[in-house]
Amino acid sequence: MRLPKDPRWLQIAFLCSFLLLGLTARDFPIWHAPLLFAACLGTQLACERLLNLPHAGLLSPIITSFGLTLLLRAGSWWVPPLAGVLAIGSKYALRIRGRHFFNPANFGLCCLMLLTPRAWCSPTQWGESGLFLLWILALGLAVAHRAFRADVSLAFLASWILLRAARVQYLGQRPEVLLHQLASGSLLLFTFFMISDPKTTPRSRPARLAFAAIVAAVAFMLSLRSIQNPIVWALFLCAPLTPLLDALTETKQEKPACAPQPALLPSP
Amino acid sequence: MRTAACALAVALTAAAPAHAFCGFFVGKADGQLFNKSSQVAIVRDGNRTVITMGNDFKGEMDEFALVVPVPSVLTREQIHVGERRLLERLDAYSAPRLVEYTDGDPCMIARRSVWPMAVAPATKMRDVAAGTANVLGVTVEAAYTVGEYDIVLLSATQSQGLEIWLRQSGYRIRARAAAALAPYVRQQMKFFVARVNLKEQRKSGYQELRPIQIAFESPRFMLPIRLGMANADGPQDLIVYTLTRDGRVESSNYQTVKIPSDVEVPEFVQKDFGEFYKDIFAKSWREHGRRAIATEYVWNMGFCDPCAAPPLSTDELRQLGVSWVPDDISRTAPGGVPVTLTRLHLRYDAEHFPEDLMFQETGDQQNFQGRYVIRHPWRGNGSCSAASAYREQLVERRRKEAETLASLTGWEMSRIHQRMGEDAPSQEEIPWWRKLWR
Repeated sequence: MRLPKDPRWLQIAFLCSFLLLGLTARDFPIWHAPLLFAACLGTQLACERLLNLPHAGLLSPIITSFGLTLLLRAGSWWVPPLAGVLAIGSKYALRIRGRHFFNPANFGLCCLMLLTPRAWCSPTQWGESGLFLLWILALGLAVAHRAFRADVSLAFLASWILLRAARVQYLGQRPEVLLHQLASGSLLLFTFFMISDPKTTPRSRPARLAFAAIVAAVAFMLSLRSIQNPIVWALFLCAPLTPLLDALTETKQEKPACAPQPALLPSP
Repeated sequence: MRTAACALAVALTAAAPAHAFCGFFVGKADGQLFNKSSQVAIVRDGNRTVITMGNDFKGEMDEFALVVPVPSVLTREQIHVGERRLLERLDAYSAPRLVEYTDGDPCMIARRSVWPMAVAPATKMRDVAAGTANVLGVTVEAAYTVGEYDIVLLSATQSQGLEIWLRQSGYRIRARAAAALAPYVRQQMKFFVARVNLKEQRKSGYQELRPIQIAFESPRFMLPIRLGMANADGPQDLIVYTLTRDGRVESSNYQTVKIPSDVEVPEFVQKDFGEFYKDIFAKSWREHGRRAIATEYVWNMGFCDPCAAPPLSTDELRQLGVSWVPDDISRTAPGGVPVTLTRLHLRYDAEHFPEDLMFQETGDQQNFQGRYVIRHPWRGNGSCSAASAYREQLVERRRKEAETLASLTGWEMSRIHQRMGEDAPSQEEIPWWRKLWR
C-alpha cells in the first residue's frame, strides 16, 4: 500500500478514527468542533492576510482543530473559539529565529486551562476497549512512515514507560497498574500527534531525543506532585527548550572543534 | 472471623511522594471477608478535603475495625463522628428517580401531569473490627476516643510489620491484603485504625455506628480502593458523593460515563424500580468493559427538578465539610448555590480496577440526573376521532417502551410482555392502510 507523501493526511485520517471512537463512547461532546474548526481556520487565514504571508495550506490548522476537539472539554461556548484563536495565533506571535516553538494545540489547551476553570481535559473519555487497536495502528504508522518523525514519539514513549514502570516497581504494585496507566487516549494522542510535531521539535536527532526524554521526566515529576494531565503541561513547560537546543546544536555544527567541515551538508 | 473491607479514601501529596487516605475494614475471628457496597462523601475545595465514610455494620460491635491509610498523623480536631442521616440525605436527594405522567382525555385536548416520585436503590456499607497493641516496627503515633470509636494512628516501616501488628491484634489478614498495604507503606503514609469503644457506644445510645469524618489538606484528589479489594469476594459497589465549588467531578484515570437517562418505560416498572435500575446499571457496566464509573447525578445543591428529596440545608452541607457557603446565603437565588453534587457509582474488582481512583473537578455545570419516566395512559371510553388516534399511538408507544426497557436492562421481551399484562403491545402489525382514511 502506498502512503501519501504528506504525513499530515495520515494524521488527519488517524485523528478522524479517534474522533469516531470517541463518538461511539458515551458522553463524548461534539458541539464545540465547528467552533474550533472555524476559529483555527479563520485565524490562520487572517494571520496570513494581515502579515502578508504566502498561503501555507489548511492541513496544519485542521490538525490543530482535531487535536483541540479531541482533548479540550469546555463548560462555556466561548472556550473552544478562544482556544482555537490562541493556538493558531501562537504560531505567528511567539517565534524565535523564525520558528514557532509551542505546539499550537498544546498551547491553546494549556492557556485555556490556565485562564478558566471552564476548560479542562478528560484523559479517559475514550475508555480502554478500543484503544489497543489504535495503539497498534499508531505505532505501525510511526514506524512505517519516516516523515512522521517517529524518533520523538518513540523516545518519549520509551522514557515515559521506563519511568512509570520504575515507579510501579518501587511502590510494589502489580504490572497491571502500568498497563492501565498506558491505556490512556490522551497519552496516545500526545505521543503521536502532539510531541511529534516537526515544526516544534528540535532539528537535530540527538536534540530531539533529549527533548523527548526531558518532557517525559518533567511529566513524571508533575505526576508525582499530583498535577492532572502531566504530559500536556510538561510539553507546554518544555517548549522553549526547542529553540535553545536548536541554537546549541546549530552552533556546534557551524563551529566544529576538530573535524573539518564537509563540502556539502545534508539539509536539515 | 468476621472481616469486611471498604476501600474509600482520598490521598494527598505534599512535596514528594504520594500520600493517601484509604480505608479497609478488617475483622476478627473466622468468617468471610467481603464488603459489597459502601458510601462515601468527599467535599473538596482547592486542597481542602473532608471525607465522610458511612457504614451500616450489622455484626458484633467488638468485631468492627476500620483501617485507613492517611497522609499524616491527624490531630484530634481533624476527626469527627458525623450523623448517619447526612449520607441518607445525600442518597435520597441524588438517587435515580422514576417520574410519572398521566395522559389526559384526548377528546378534551387537555393534559395533567407530573407527579415526581423517587425510588432510591438501597446502598449499603459494612464495616468491621479492631486493632490493639503496637509491635514490630509499627509505632502508635496518636490515640483518641472520638464518639463511639477508639482511634489510633500508626506508622509502619514495612508492610510486613503492619500485617504482623494486625495479626497479633487478632485480625486475620489475607496475603493479598498485606501486598496491598505495601504501596501505602512505601509512600510513608500513616494508618488510621478505628474500633468501637463499647462503653462509649452504649453511652451514646445509638444502635448503629455513625460515619467517621476526616478533614485534611491535600493536592491530591483521590480515593484508594485497592485495600478493600484484597478482602473482597467478587465485585463491590461504591457510591461516591462529591461536593465541589465549580462543577462536575469525574475520574481522571477511569472512564466516567453518564447512566442512560430520560427514557420512557412501561408502567409496571413502578413496582420493580429497584430491580429495573440495578439491571440498567449492570448492563451499562458490562458494556463499558466493567471498567467505567457511572455518573448518576450532577446538580447544583440549590434546587432540584423533580425533587426526590429537598436539597441539603446550609447546616447539613457544613456538617459534611462545605466551608465556603455562608450561613445567610439565599437558597432561592437564580443560579443556585456554589455547590455541585456529583454522584458516582462504580462496581469494582481487582481485575478491572488495578489502581486507586483519581478524580478531577471539571468546569461542567450542566445538571444531570438518572431519570426514568412512566406515562399512565388515558383509560376513558371516549369515541371521538382523537380518541381512536390516541389508542393507536398508545399501541406504538407501548411497543417503544418495551423495546427501550429491553435495550436498557437486557430483559427478555417475552418477560417484559408478560409483566405488561394487558398493556403488552399486540404482536400483530397494524395495517398501514388503516391510518389513511380515518
